[in-house]
Amino acid sequence: MSLSKQELDEFRTEVRAWFDENKPTDPGFLLPQSFMEVGTDDQFYFLRDWQRKVYEAGYLGMAWPKEYGGGGKPQALQDIVTREMVRQKVPFMTNTIGLNWAGPLILNMGTEEQKKAYIPGILSADDIWCQGFSEPDHGSDLGNAQLKATRDGNEFVLNGSKIWTSLGKHAKYMILLARSNANTNNKYEGLSFFLIPMRIPGIEVVPIRKLTGEYGFNQTFFTDARISDTCLIGKEGGGWQVAMATLAFERGAVGGQAGGHSMMSKEVAEVVALARTAQRNGRPAIEDPQIRDRLVQFIMEERAQSLNSARAKIKALTSERPFSIPMSAKLVGSEYQRRLNQFALSLQGANAAYYVGDDLAYDRGLWQRSYFNAFSATIGGGTSEIQHNIIGERVLGLPKS
Amino acid sequence: MLDTNKRPTIQFSDEQEQLLEVATSFCLDKFPADRIRARIAAPEDFDKGVWDEMAALGWLGVAVPEEFGGSGLGLAEVVTIVEPMGRALAGAPLVSTTLVAQALLKGGTQAQKNEWLPKICGGAIGALALTEPHGDWNLANLTCKAARQGNKLALSGIKTFVTDAASADLAVVSASLDGRPALVLLDKTALGAAKIEREIVIDETRRSYRLKLDGVTVPAAALLDPAKAGATLAHLEQAACLLLSAEACGGASGVIDVTVEYLKSRKQFEKYIGSYQALKHPTVDALLAMEAARSHLYFAATAIGEGEDGEIAVRMAKAQSSDALAFASDRAIQFHGGFGFTYDCDAQLYRRRGIWCEAQFGDAAHHRRILADMLL
Repeated sequence: MSLSKQELDEFRTEVRAWFDENKPTDPGFLLPQSFMEVGTDDQFYFLRDWQRKVYEAGYLGMAWPKEYGGGGKPQALQDIVTREMVRQKVPFMTNTIGLNWAGPLILNMGTEEQKKAYIPGILSADDIWCQGFSEPDHGSDLGNAQLKATRDGNEFVLNGSKIWTSLGKHAKYMILLARSNANTNNKYEGLSFFLIPMRIPGIEVVPIRKLTGEYGFNQTFFTDARISDTCLIGKEGGGWQVAMATLAFERGAVGGQAGGHSMMSKEVAEVVALARTAQRNGRPAIEDPQIRDRLVQFIMEERAQSLNSARAKIKALTSERPFSIPMSAKLVGSEYQRRLNQFALSLQGANAAYYVGDDLAYDRGLWQRSYFNAFSATIGGGTSEIQHNIIGERVLGLPKS
Repeated sequence: MLDTNKRPTIQFSDEQEQLLEVATSFCLDKFPADRIRARIAAPEDFDKGVWDEMAALGWLGVAVPEEFGGSGLGLAEVVTIVEPMGRALAGAPLVSTTLVAQALLKGGTQAQKNEWLPKICGGAIGALALTEPHGDWNLANLTCKAARQGNKLALSGIKTFVTDAASADLAVVSASLDGRPALVLLDKTALGAAKIEREIVIDETRRSYRLKLDGVTVPAAALLDPAKAGATLAHLEQAACLLLSAEACGGASGVIDVTVEYLKSRKQFEKYIGSYQALKHPTVDALLAMEAARSHLYFAATAIGEGEDGEIAVRMAKAQSSDALAFASDRAIQFHGGFGFTYDCDAQLYRRRGIWCEAQFGDAAHHRRILADMLL
């Protein structure tokens, strides 16, 4: 079903009006900017209710199948909504893992029962999802995951631990990569992928204090936790392929996400505004030639990212290296955010040294916190260094490191 | 002003797609690496046979209206020819000839258009003479003069970096007339009266000349429309920046290919050197800079001519592509190790090309400086 430009424009007007009317007012506390930063119960319930409201208005999972709670509508409509959410800077959709990678994975590879059981709750935010990939000793080397899943009849017994479990405290389910066979020749063949319940005996979630001083991440400990073998997605021993498919969704290299934005990224326009108020030699910092040059560089980088996604849709302009743009979007975007936030601090002069809580801190210390949190994206989902390896090997065809 | 709510989009026509495909295979066929090397030592400015083929393909009239014998497309379509040419380091006067046609279209008299545009579409070679010995990128900073002498114009001064001038059938020259910038058309006779001296330039795939205008007189009818001179110069600057961006983008792709090929075939300490992250990661950075440049380029191709938005897009493309080619070719020399230090290694060809492209019509810092005033 293809829609006319007029239909799309009308829809955009409708969406714009809805968000104008319904976007939440200031809750009175500093909101997190991504699902990895949800540290307090107040923040969580506020965001959960907001996602539910957007879903109930019909603006989330619009292109997912109707029978599982989706809208069954064209993706183009969801894209309009997502763009409008970014534009209006409304809070992000907090069930990020469910909406963006667990959900698409289940729709793609799950059984009918799994789709029916899990998809509706992902959209309504009734069922929050978390991810069990990284382990304390195995960060980037995902294929080396050691958490044990030992078969016992039609059950698996889980032992070990997972780390960086965002939303772990609130999650009802986890996507879990575990070792179901320790005796394979190839480490990848011993892995299985599970959709597991979190609220069962033997699973304990312990908060981790982040570099910002706040909470949000957890370490999850598994001690003889028993799950049914119906929790498997994909084949027993086929977990690596499922994990790779999941990462492709996570990195946005493959479409099928429910829509809605998952991170309130900083934009260069906000830093330009900051440069107008910050001072250098008694004058607005924006008059300083060196600062102007840096700002233009950031403006160009930001525009290049949006032009890259526009160009990625034009086959003739990407035919030679079709994965170059999609595979590098996470690397380019996350490093851009880190540097942009860092630059925003440098603009503040001596006040760059204030932190969240001091009343002289710019924007309640948002930039300081945002700079630190930017590392979650340059490290999580495969560090920037790992991304360089992946792009070098899969896009340029360079030998493995 | 900066408006991040406006989402820029790239338009890419069927004509562009076809031209890109044809030009890519044409350049692979006509400009292999050994032929580029041979061209450096060859006596003539460029390969006349290949030029005639390009004319026969209609490439010289791509951005010329049909009434003058062209195909009535635009600069966006020329970009799709120039990018693969840049990738192959092709040396042919297509860019200068296209720019001369642009000068006539934007600021020429009807008589000049009628006479010259059909000839250009048929293969006449155009040379553009805007730069002067002071090297200032401001095209209005003119020391060359045109003085009225009855029904004639007497020209004086020196123009630099006039590519393929010795083979040119016509040239468009900027000079100050009554204290204001003017553009003058030189035909073969007028060019014959000028002193044309070969320059020694960093990009050896180019033939560049100094044009000494003292003693050259042309009929007053050789003057392009004086009322349009300012707008024409501004348009020429943007058109040149767009096509140089295409060349630089193509060059960046080309040199990344050269580097990757070496990293995949050269072994040290019993390992392919491409497996070392110290070489792999910066090569990926070169790729990402090229991709960003290419996105800016095709947006600039979409937007050129659209007032301030178009100018911003073109300057961004020029800035990004200059930096992308500079980085990719600089690292290419380094990553070839000892071989990279030799004349035989192709990395230097691209580095030289990159310096040429940056030096023509403004480098990245120059354009960012102007962008800052437009955006902030």
